Amino acid sequence: MTTSQKLISAAELAQTRAQRFATRQRVNQLALALSLAAMAFGVFWLVWILWETLRLGLGGLSLALFTEMTPPPNEAGGLANAIFGSGVMVLLATFVGTPIGILAGVYLAEYGRQGALAGCTRFVNDILLSAPSIVIGLFVYTVVVARFKSFSGWAGMLALALIVIPVVIRTTENMLLLVPASLREAAYALGTPKWKVITLVTLRAARAGVITGVLLAVARIAGETAPLLFTALNNQFWNADLSKPMASLPVTIFKFAMSPYENWQQLAWAAVFLITVAVLGLNILARVLTRQK
Amino acid sequence: MQHKGHPVSTSLTSPAAPLAQPGSGQSRPPARRPWFSASWADRLFAALARGAALLTLALLLGVLVSLVIGAWPAIAQYGLGFLTSTAWDPVQNEYGGLVMVYGTLATSLIALLIAVPVSFGIALFLTELSPTWLKRPLGTAIELLAAVPSIVYGMWGLMVFGPILATWVQQPLQALFKGVPVLGALVTGPPVGIGILAAGIILAIMIIPFIASVMRDVFEVTPPLLKESAYGLGATTWEVMWKVVLPYTKSGVLGGVMLGLGRALGETMAVTFVIGNMNQLNSLSVFEAANSITSALANEFAEAGEGLHQASLIYLGLVLFFITFVVLSASKLLLSRLQKGEGARA
Repeated sequence: MTTSQKLISAAELAQTRAQRFATRQRVNQLALALSLAAMAFGVFWLVWILWETLRLGLGGLSLALFTEMTPPPNEAGGLANAIFGSGVMVLLATFVGTPIGILAGVYLAEYGRQGALAGCTRFVNDILLSAPSIVIGLFVYTVVVARFKSFSGWAGMLALALIVIPVVIRTTENMLLLVPASLREAAYALGTPKWKVITLVTLRAARAGVITGVLLAVARIAGETAPLLFTALNNQFWNADLSKPMASLPVTIFKFAMSPYENWQQLAWAAVFLITVAVLGLNILARVLTRQK
Repeated sequence: MQHKGHPVSTSLTSPAAPLAQPGSGQSRPPARRPWFSASWADRLFAALARGAALLTLALLLGVLVSLVIGAWPAIAQYGLGFLTSTAWDPVQNEYGGLVMVYGTLATSLIALLIAVPVSFGIALFLTELSPTWLKRPLGTAIELLAAVPSIVYGMWGLMVFGPILATWVQQPLQALFKGVPVLGALVTGPPVGIGILAAGIILAIMIIPFIASVMRDVFEVTPPLLKESAYGLGATTWEVMWKVVLPYTKSGVLGGVMLGLGRALGETMAVTFVIGNMNQLNSLSVFEAANSITSALANEFAEAGEGLHQASLIYLGLVLFFITFVVLSASKLLLSRLQKGEGARA
């Protein structure tokens, strides 16, 4: 091999290198541009959905929405019974589900830790967290509605409570694990019994996080429709008796949106607006609460 | 292991014991507090906490058992043949679940095809490209997409998105593929924009936040040393992501995808609004109205008479629960393996 050949091949090498480098640069730029596009794609849907909700929902807002019952087709009316039903069921479900969720979260973080029961519960809980909510509705139907031969607000409340529990367990455990062990040790060193350490020290230290979890759970069930479809069913009239079928905002939206009646669709958009504002408001509130920590 | 796992090392029975000096070799193992010295309140609280944890386990079992009992008439009648039969005729009292199972799987598949690359792009943007001040608001925006209730997606999909899909996608595609053998059949159907494709797209939007946030979280735990080494060798951002970060985090990424799939399979309202709710499998067109397990349940269950109709619907619910259970378990295992690996490397 002569020197001149070497030089040529070196020059060629440099050239191919430069070419490959250019290709790599272009691939990189393309990938980054696509990544930017993906981000824009995600935000685009959020903005579009919120915009339509605002545009179509705001028009239906009026005082009658909160004072009148859901109307028959083509008559004026409001959503008072649905708002009331949703409020009652969500509130009761939160009151039932939260203590159970917090206690189970306490078990995972303070008692079970690495034990088999805790591991098992953690696994099952993560599955329940993402399990189809309509299956929870089926479950409540078979154990409550089928037994008592009647759709009822209680059944709807129970279905929602079963959805609250996993959400609260998850956040409670995570938040308790963030509490430094030295806090517990200091309390134990004073001779405090374990249950007081947990309720007065660790849970209190993790308060903001636990409240966040409850808020997120409320936000989750406020928009849940599937578990209510065959538990609470629906009710066109005012009903404060939980042993009877009860109206709720999501189920009312479902019924009204699928109908061909103009006024029902208008009410459905107003209900969508109310739910979206409530749910996103709760989510943002939860975020603000944790950010202060 | 210390007693009941709490990190206390003091002994109440020997208050005069000298304080252990860390590292002095004098520290002795903590004397365990005998269980009977705990006050009754302590025991009650522990039992309550344990009971609440057991309740969660019981809930899963209860769901499974009650569904099997509820579905039993249909299971006894059809066995597994239920899953391969397309008959669904309440009048003749003849049921088979293939149409719904197909609808559920097809919509979820379309959702994954769209959501996975987009989520990867979003995670890439949030971890590597975004200026720091934008990370939080953009991350929140994506997470809020998960917070929007599914009924809102459904309403929006039916009233706003469906018509737009019909005008701007379906009709041009139909004009383009008119007379083309396979592609033409894939896009037939009335131009109303509802069907499998619309459901798949909306599901994709709904699961993007779940997949993207898992991906972002696992990308962020990649040791900076690995990335910096690759950058030091002259790798581009894309090469670092594709050849270093992604292989390192693949089990976590797959776990995130599985989580999204589990969500898509079980999503009810958004699908019910836009899938069209028609029991047919004659046409494989993505614009033809179809049915999924969840939409069949949402539409028919409350009106179904007791007996075989209801049992068949519960059977469908059981199938759905089984599939999502498997998918979500896989997701959980993949993600926990990553967490364990992290612990080992730390």
